[in-house]
Amino acid sequence: MFIRALASISPQQSFGAVHLPADPVVYHSNRLSCIEPDYKEWIDPKMIRRMSRIIKMGVATASLCLKQAGLEAPDAIVTGSAYGCLEDTGVFLNRMIEFNEEMLNPTSFIQSTHNTVGAQVALLVKCYGYNNTFAHRGFSFESALLDGILLLKDKEAKNVLVGAADEITNISFGILNRFGIYRQEEISNLDLITNPANGTIAGEGSTFFLLANEPSADDFAVLNAIHTFYKPARVEDVAKEISSFLKAQSLTIHEIDLVIGGMNGDLVNDGLYHQLNTTILSGTRVLPYKHLCGEYPTSSAFALWYAATELKTGKITDRHQPSAPGSANKKHVLIYNNYKNIHHSLFLVSSC
Amino acid sequence: MYDLKTQLIEQLNLQDKKPEDIGDDEALFKEGLGLDSIDALELIVLLQQNYKIKLANAEDGPKVFRSVRTMAEYITEHQGKTV
Amino acid sequence: MSQTDPGVYIAGLGVISAIGKNVAESLISFENQHAGMSAITMLDTIHRDQLPVAEVKLNNQQLAEIGEVSPLIPRTALLSMAAAKEALTDAGLSQLGSLRCGFISANTTGGMDLSENFFAEFRKDPASGHLRDIIHHECGAVTDLVADALGINHYVSTISTACSSSANAIFFGARLIRHNILDVVVAGGTDALTKFTINGFNTLMILDKEYCKPFDENRKGLNLGEGAGYVVLVSEDLMKGLEKMPYAFLAGYANANDAYHQTASSPEGTGSWLAMTGALKRSGLQTTDIDYINLHGTGTQNNDVAEGTAIQRLFAPAFPPMSSTKSFTGHTLGASGSIEAVFSCLAIRHGIIFPNLRFSTPMKELSFIPETKYLVNQDVKNVMSNSFGFGGNCSSLIFSKPQF
Repeated sequence: MFIRALASISPQQSFGAVHLPADPVVYHSNRLSCIEPDYKEWIDPKMIRRMSRIIKMGVATASLCLKQAGLEAPDAIVTGSAYGCLEDTGVFLNRMIEFNEEMLNPTSFIQSTHNTVGAQVALLVKCYGYNNTFAHRGFSFESALLDGILLLKDKEAKNVLVGAADEITNISFGILNRFGIYRQEEISNLDLITNPANGTIAGEGSTFFLLANEPSADDFAVLNAIHTFYKPARVEDVAKEISSFLKAQSLTIHEIDLVIGGMNGDLVNDGLYHQLNTTILSGTRVLPYKHLCGEYPTSSAFALWYAATELKTGKITDRHQPSAPGSANKKHVLIYNNYKNIHHSLFLVSSC
Repeated sequence: MYDLKTQLIEQLNLQDKKPEDIGDDEALFKEGLGLDSIDALELIVLLQQNYKIKLANAEDGPKVFRSVRTMAEYITEHQGKTV
Repeated sequence: MSQTDPGVYIAGLGVISAIGKNVAESLISFENQHAGMSAITMLDTIHRDQLPVAEVKLNNQQLAEIGEVSPLIPRTALLSMAAAKEALTDAGLSQLGSLRCGFISANTTGGMDLSENFFAEFRKDPASGHLRDIIHHECGAVTDLVADALGINHYVSTISTACSSSANAIFFGARLIRHNILDVVVAGGTDALTKFTINGFNTLMILDKEYCKPFDENRKGLNLGEGAGYVVLVSEDLMKGLEKMPYAFLAGYANANDAYHQTASSPEGTGSWLAMTGALKRSGLQTTDIDYINLHGTGTQNNDVAEGTAIQRLFAPAFPPMSSTKSFTGHTLGASGSIEAVFSCLAIRHGIIFPNLRFSTPMKELSFIPETKYLVNQDVKNVMSNSFGFGGNCSSLIFSKPQF
């Protein structure tokens, strides 16, 4: 499938950018927050007044993506979000407890449902087509993507807007922190992966893609395949999944120009990648991305944005390993992410 | 009514409006300010929270919330009662 | 897609709701016209004696025993496990072997029944509240709990599109089979009653203080319910190898968006009309082929007139019998699409038309009325089941009797 357009709001300078600047934004915190645009440029004030942050993020990225694709409305909209609209959920819960279930605001309840981003985009652009939302932890984006791909394969749609958004709020950060998953010491995000220790850093983001089943002149990249697998028992099983995935695309690891990996600076999490580096990924350069966006369930959407923009701007050979012989024309990027070693996903993205 | 307009703006998060922008008799719903059914529910919360008036029937909403003036008159008449 | 595409069959059913903890009990309730509504008993809320709800009449410990899982997991997961287990057993597929099996489950509340209690403690003191009450908060966490208990791991996901969630789960599962990604999919949804949802719907002023009256002129709103429903979808090849006859095949499905308002449906029922028309088109059936419509029929002013208007436009002048089983089970939110899919398959298997309870006055906008009697010995070949939700998410499924 062809990635015709894309947009991302992330802790980096990604919104409206054709690729990330060479110098990433540096943070000294265990919580990365998104760099947000002026939403008034993207969303009607009448609608904006009800929207919490995550919804504004989702709607703005979807709008930019559609604008880039030159479309008023897509044929279908599929979104993914693991946490849904946390801020609204928190506001409603707080008030429900504080006011003992009286005088509660309908707005925060209505906006707390997981499908709000997808629904608001449909409302904004008057898209009557297929509209679905997945809320499955580290597979939320991957499921949305698969749904979109199947629609395109069946020719039920010529293009599909697919995206994912997850936020971190003070409440959710406070709760997640209690599970001991974040670094407690101050660290620069640039040092996160090179200095693994206990814990990672929190992140958030909203990323949307316009996928099409026919190529166009301005496509960013080709999404060849995606695959997910759940709770693999051993490292060997992960290696097998990677090798079968590539084999199904008639490729071997030696034809992969770049691997983008879901290392997040946590010793246990990254241990998996280190082991893979001695086996199936040996000889390839594995580039991290979570030091840029932080760790969150739908971060693979940002990884895909990153891969596609790098492929489009032809930056792969400049910054990364030179391509293997025989693949001079076409560049292949493999994305391998895992979320809490439960939800694992593979993407194969290639240049057009 | 100025205070009521301020509360309205705050409750409905009408960020780009000031009390002076809302006419006393301006239609709040459909035309005029263009509010919708969710705003009507928020105004019911406003009545309860700020004026201790419980509007039990959503159908009475359109009459009560026709304009800021009708709201103000209703509040004066019913303050502190369940309707 | 046409009828020559690979068929997807429904080989097993599982359901739990206010009218019964399984299929058999549900059928008895329908026959006796015994609705599941009552006062709230399980939640500590100020609305306790104000709002009727349709609770599953089992506490978490009892649900855990049915599902053979821990009682400490969210109620949504407990309900899900009970129904999913029944469905798999019914299909004769408790041992999955080397089959590629998926679990596509939908919910809107996730682990909120536990999280809302955690949050009450947490907001007083960020160090308090049991982490075990929040760890399964996410919609997807509930699904993973049940998938793990069922031993399903090829493809697991969660859909959350308000009231159309589990209808979407069913046909997403069907498409995974059609694309030869999976052989079997346990598809459906679950939702439990929580203070969060009761209060949320109460702020929208769409809850009836009496038992709901779907499609009645004097309807006042919906009654919230809880439950879970699952169908076991199998490929045609797998179906041929099973001992039991399938209940139905999934003849048609469609998902459309109303794009009118966040919570209200358009007066003309645009989204509903598009979903029903789309499902019919895919099935290759005419409106006159539909023997029964299981209405979304929540009992709210808005839904029933929008859905009714769309049905009027599409089916006039010949209307099939139709009813809202929410008059029995209440509105089970994320589970409603799949619970009603189970009822639709039962209508086909047993030749039943379910009654629409508490109807007395026709809606002035419509020239049809719902069926009020429990009818048996009916020739029910094709059933349409509607699920229309917040966010304009409208889905319609068509189940058909297998022709062999």
